[in-house]
Amino acid sequence: MTTLQPPAAAEPRPAPPPVRRDRRSWTGWGFLGPFVAVFALVFLAPIAYSVYLSLFREQLIGGTTFVGLDNYAEALKDDRFWASLGRVSLFLAVQVPIMLGIALLVALALDSGRLYGRDFFRISIFLPYAVPAVVATLMWGFMYGTRFGLVGDINGALGVSLPDPLSPDLVLASIGNIVTWEFVGYNMLIFYSALRVVPHSLYEAAQIDGAGQIRVITAIKLPAIRGALVIATIFSIIGSFQLFNEPSILQPLARNAITTDYTPNYYTYALSFNGQQHNYSATVAIVMGLITMVVAYAVQLRGMRKGV
Amino acid sequence: MTSPVATASDRSAPPPSDTSRPAPRLRTPRRRHSADRPRRSVLLTVLTSLVLLYSLVPLVWLAVSATKTQEGLSRSAGLWFDGDFALWDNITETFTYDDGVFTRWLLNTLLYVGLGAGGATFLAVLGGYALAKFDFPGRRSVFAVVIGAVAVPGTALAVPTFLMFSKMGLTNTPWAVIIPSLISPFGLYLMWVFATEAIPTELMEAARIDGAGELRTFFRVALPLLAPGIVTVLLFTMVATWNNYFLPLVMLKDPDWYPLTLGLNSWNQQAATAGGEAVFNLVVTGSLITILPLIAAFLLLQKYWQSGLAAGSVKE
Repeated sequence: MTTLQPPAAAEPRPAPPPVRRDRRSWTGWGFLGPFVAVFALVFLAPIAYSVYLSLFREQLIGGTTFVGLDNYAEALKDDRFWASLGRVSLFLAVQVPIMLGIALLVALALDSGRLYGRDFFRISIFLPYAVPAVVATLMWGFMYGTRFGLVGDINGALGVSLPDPLSPDLVLASIGNIVTWEFVGYNMLIFYSALRVVPHSLYEAAQIDGAGQIRVITAIKLPAIRGALVIATIFSIIGSFQLFNEPSILQPLARNAITTDYTPNYYTYALSFNGQQHNYSATVAIVMGLITMVVAYAVQLRGMRKGV
Repeated sequence: MTSPVATASDRSAPPPSDTSRPAPRLRTPRRRHSADRPRRSVLLTVLTSLVLLYSLVPLVWLAVSATKTQEGLSRSAGLWFDGDFALWDNITETFTYDDGVFTRWLLNTLLYVGLGAGGATFLAVLGGYALAKFDFPGRRSVFAVVIGAVAVPGTALAVPTFLMFSKMGLTNTPWAVIIPSLISPFGLYLMWVFATEAIPTELMEAARIDGAGELRTFFRVALPLLAPGIVTVLLFTMVATWNNYFLPLVMLKDPDWYPLTLGLNSWNQQAATAGGEAVFNLVVTGSLITILPLIAAFLLLQKYWQSGLAAGSVKE
């Protein structure tokens, strides 16, 4: 299946003179070629096809017609789309800082060397990342159940009645909890890995200068891992905007709370597969992709500029 | 420059069991605590334990619940065992229910992971090596495009990919799941950073001077040096394909081609459909079986993937 055709072009090169890395040649393409070919098929072609689809509309009578930017105009006026975008924006504003904050605190705690059993903490907190979103959601869905889940147990044991985590008011927070659970450890590991490579001589110098722990964190550690922080933030933003698995799997448990336009992705999915509105679905997906890229790019610019 | 292989994990302190042992460092009674050996803090350990509990309690719940019958699930408290210990019955039933469809899903998942994650890792290693060690026309722009593509929601791509694949007659076949899994921009990035650090250019020059072709240099010189990075990328692409849900959901109609994730969800939804049989004990046991291989892989290979990741963060 994997066709490894490339290096043929590179082979017939005569015994190379002593070369330096910055010598330009096409050899690298031989190695990168397979990746780029598949990338074009599964990334670039679908994007192009999506743009093409978004310019047409399928009508019951008259078949498919070119409508220019009409679909985009419709999307910009679509209340369901904006409501779903508002929902994931709220989610993002609350869940991402909580998740990254916890991850950062744990990473700093691990890196401080002041924990008993550091390796046990590191690997255990990371483990939920290995759990599929489907399993995580099913599991939390059971535990949320007021009837035979943990919430029900707590209600029974303490004689209280906690609010139903799957009620319309709370379901977004409940989804936030699932996503936080899944990714705290992953982000913690990214931060921790970045912290490990900060030269220790910096800490010694700071200690000689009389800097305390907090000062070392704010003046050395956080600036040193700025890149990791920015990347984790961007990935989390993209992840929030793409929210689909958790709400769609919880949907049967929370029918009143989660509608098929709950998130932008759920909306495009439902448009395409329940409504057969492929063209409009493609349009909404493109608009959402553009919004995601703009936000991610803005965060990147801001994150990189600060303090450089 | 330190070798990336010897970063994080080499300083690794005691194995997991160490938590129960009190104050392991007795030989530092009045020693000044340096930046490298600060005093252990009980308070900090307790606070971090809260996050630990948060991470592990659901997994404990899952393991405990897998020992219960369907009635036991609703009868007993979530975090303790029910009277009937039904784990073995549950496992047997999971694999035999509905003519052993779970086994089929497991094999499908292995197929998708083998070809998808294996292929994705292979492509990422080749590509990352090229980006790190060769200068070629278009190098910068290739990377910009790939990184830009990461920002395109994967879920947004799925619908047009479905329509495209459907025209090509690939939907509802394993290829529809495997081919899109072959690209891992994150894997490419990680391999690029790792190869930059791990392969001394002089070594490649030496191989070339000795008359080795590019392919031979790659397989004989570069590949062994890239091993920790390859393990890391392989693990992360494995997780991505093993856990994939949206792509197969879009691409596959026939339950015979489902991976475990889709299958488990279909079992769960069965209870909600008219006339469907509730099999929550199987959903729970199947979920446990689904996560065990990945957790085992992460635990067994941690030395490798953690050093791979540490190298990845050098560039930041």
